[in-house]
Amino acid sequence: MSSELPAEVQSWIGQPRYEEAGEFDVERGYMLTSLSSVENGNPLFWDPEVARELTGGWIAPPTTISLWFRPHWWAPGRTREVQPLQVHFDLKRVLGLPEAVMTDNEIVFYEPVRPGDRLTTRQILRSVSPLKATKLGQGRFWVIDVEYVNQRGELAARESYTGLGYVKGGA
Amino acid sequence: MPGGARRLLLQQIAPGDEIPSLACDVTATTVILGALATRDWRPMHHDRDFAQKRNGVKDIFLNTPNQAAWFERYVEDWAGPAGRLGRMKFRMRDSVFPGDRMVFRGTVEKVGTDEAGCGWVDLALELRVGERIMTECKARVALPVSERDNPWARKGEEWKP
Repeated sequence: MSSELPAEVQSWIGQPRYEEAGEFDVERGYMLTSLSSVENGNPLFWDPEVARELTGGWIAPPTTISLWFRPHWWAPGRTREVQPLQVHFDLKRVLGLPEAVMTDNEIVFYEPVRPGDRLTTRQILRSVSPLKATKLGQGRFWVIDVEYVNQRGELAARESYTGLGYVKGGA
Repeated sequence: MPGGARRLLLQQIAPGDEIPSLACDVTATTVILGALATRDWRPMHHDRDFAQKRNGVKDIFLNTPNQAAWFERYVEDWAGPAGRLGRMKFRMRDSVFPGDRMVFRGTVEKVGTDEAGCGWVDLALELRVGERIMTECKARVALPVSERDNPWARKGEEWKP
């Protein structure tokens, strides 16, 4: 494992990559599944009168934002594995760090997401740390931003992930 | 508000206020349902063998977007439907596993109004298992400043989370 950051990775920092539209329109079924998974009974998402009064109709729970850009596990004709947050997996591969976990997450919410919206995302690598010894193993921390824009060009959210890629027990 | 939904106003809140705690016993279903509800197919959130052998942890564990959804639920239980999340940041110190009893707690850190007249509350939140803080979270939530105010109606220059 080299301590030097490869030029390929250096060239990614600050550059928007993987600008792509979600594979399906925002839809209410997934909103309800997500709400159900955490037993969130907020009437804004369940009572049509509350939704009409406050938001002019249904909106998605804000923290479902990343759901809409995650690819299907399988799709016909696909010839390669497709991952959400592809930059994260590119870093693991190029840096030779087979394991990874997320440590920090920040989301800033702007225009609410509504059923029928089709979001476009892009990923921007912000930083990669030097090699560090952690309790999981030796590895690097990196920060990746994801921007979400709806079909009208309005910013829906900006999300920032801090990941740790590591070699298990390598500290 | 329709259905008698709770409507919390900014002037009802002060720094130091505590948010009622929320407890949940985590099961394998909690973890797997949360992962699939967020379309996260990675095996460490549904395959114990993978989590143990590849990640070096004791079991499958809650994924990141589902933790965000839990914190959102905790904040919205308190703020009511007119409360609008502006920003959420959390740090996961350790993983949450089946068998854990997670307890959410929160405190109001700051209350104020920005130049656009939007009322903001800054919250310090945590997810504990036993005495250990597993995740720390900061959330910024807009609350109505009057009975007629609606943070969800704000756009552009009137919405600066």
